[in-house]
Amino acid sequence: MTTAASPNTPAAGPGQMESQAPNDQFEDTKIRIQGLSVGYSDGTESLQDISLDIPANQITVLFGPSGGGKSTLLRTINRLNDLADVVSLEGRVLIDGVDVLDPKLDVIELRRRVGMVFARPVVLPMSIRQNLTYGLELSGEKDPGQFEEAVERSLKASALWEEVYDRLDDPAVSLSGGQQQRLCLARVLALEPDVILLDEPTSGLDPISTGKVESSLQKLKQEYTIVLVPHSVQQAARVADYAAFFLNGQLVEFGMGKELFVHPQDSRTEDYIEGRFG
Amino acid sequence: MDKTLKLGTSSTAKRRVQRLGYGLMTLAALVTVLPIVLIVVHIYSQGLPAISWEFLTAFPSDGMRAGGILPALVGTIWLTIGTAIVSVPLGIGAAVYLAEYAADNRWTRAIRIAIINLAGIPSVVYGLFGLGLFVLFLQFGTSIIAGSLTLAIMTLPVIISTTEEALRAVPNSFRVVSISLGGTQWQTIRRIVLPQALPGMLTGVILGLERAAGETAPILFTVAAFFLPRLPSSIFDSTMALPYHLFVISTQVPGMPVKIQYGTAVVLLSFVLGMNIIATIIRSRARARRQW
Repeated sequence: MTTAASPNTPAAGPGQMESQAPNDQFEDTKIRIQGLSVGYSDGTESLQDISLDIPANQITVLFGPSGGGKSTLLRTINRLNDLADVVSLEGRVLIDGVDVLDPKLDVIELRRRVGMVFARPVVLPMSIRQNLTYGLELSGEKDPGQFEEAVERSLKASALWEEVYDRLDDPAVSLSGGQQQRLCLARVLALEPDVILLDEPTSGLDPISTGKVESSLQKLKQEYTIVLVPHSVQQAARVADYAAFFLNGQLVEFGMGKELFVHPQDSRTEDYIEGRFG
Repeated sequence: MDKTLKLGTSSTAKRRVQRLGYGLMTLAALVTVLPIVLIVVHIYSQGLPAISWEFLTAFPSDGMRAGGILPALVGTIWLTIGTAIVSVPLGIGAAVYLAEYAADNRWTRAIRIAIINLAGIPSVVYGLFGLGLFVLFLQFGTSIIAGSLTLAIMTLPVIISTTEEALRAVPNSFRVVSISLGGTQWQTIRRIVLPQALPGMLTGVILGLERAAGETAPILFTVAAFFLPRLPSSIFDSTMALPYHLFVISTQVPGMPVKIQYGTAVVLLSFVLGMNIIATIIRSRARARRQW
């Protein structure tokens, strides 16, 4: 793993970042983002020179007002942004030292290793079981035993097993919204990825379902690196091991969740956390 | 300021205008239904008495003034199948390209304009085109293959545009999810998009083929025989076909019994309406089952 500090890594964000430059902060850096800038064809520059290290087996929260570039960052990490109108892309995104922005990279394999859960639960129009085995089938898996194992393991990990084990062949749309979103999480887990990206996964859920998703994430971080865009500052503060505050495409501040939400270094972070703008 | 909501009764004049508008629109709707009802009732009441097992399975006799319509019925079935074999793969392939792969640029806009214009060409022009290209230039002669190819070209725009519409109706979020789970674009199309679009595609295919089955002009010069008292034995044979047979016995044969004319019309109409009903059933069933 990349534990050594690279001296020429550009400092992330404004000056106050230097005191806690993320380079050798973690024993185990999973994702290293270096000087990342992303611009879309409509002229918006979604991310401007972002540098950020995301630690393994932690929940790292990317928060800030909408339009700040959080989703763009998530979608750049698993190259889902390939589908969008990206006109300029600079910098590097290293996962375990491999630059995933390399045009020659096997994107299909990357997306299997870096799963994504979206804001709106989108279950595929098939049964609960088929939703879970879909990704495995795409990768060429044919062994029914593997499917069985993946279905049970992923549903247990997303705290959905108890509710659906006796109706796995029902259409996935018959589940409630909260169950559907946990199914979407389970669908990602079935592929046994390294990294899970979640883009406001609980924005449409009631507090109870939200609580279930959040507590699943706390267990899952033992095995996975989790990057979450929360749907509120409260959620960010609840779940963050590490937190990064994004504003207008810039990384304003990054630090341990416990410190950042109690003693933000930047006045803009403080204003946002205290609800003076949003 | 007084903000109390004051509600009174609406004036009789207002209500009268309302009722008049409502009445006119109902009338317009009824007028559009009237012709189809009249046609069906008229044709079936005149023609049903002619229908018998013998009428469907016998060759015409006595200069087509007696006997059945078997060769015309079989010919139309062959032509419909032949048209489907050519136009369905071609049309669906083109639609998948346009809806799923092609970028929106000058080239695809040109293709779209070409397809729209293809749909607007009069059917007799297709017939002449088929005569020139398939019958004469490619030397297929007046044959089932020439007729099927001509009908297929005429059917393509219907199949392409309905299929493309059905593909576009599949929510994009399904595609994004499939890609995010490590699917290739083709896997996504084959496993998610095509199955979801299938009912809409089938409806379009059937409607297109139904039009092909009922057309006269495109087969006039390319396949249809005036009178051929045997069944076709290869795709290079010409054949009788229901629409052309109906035209012939209605205008070209003196002393033709009206009963046989109407009987033939009943068979053609049933063939086409039957396909229409199948399309409707597929569509409504799919709508009831749809999960999005």
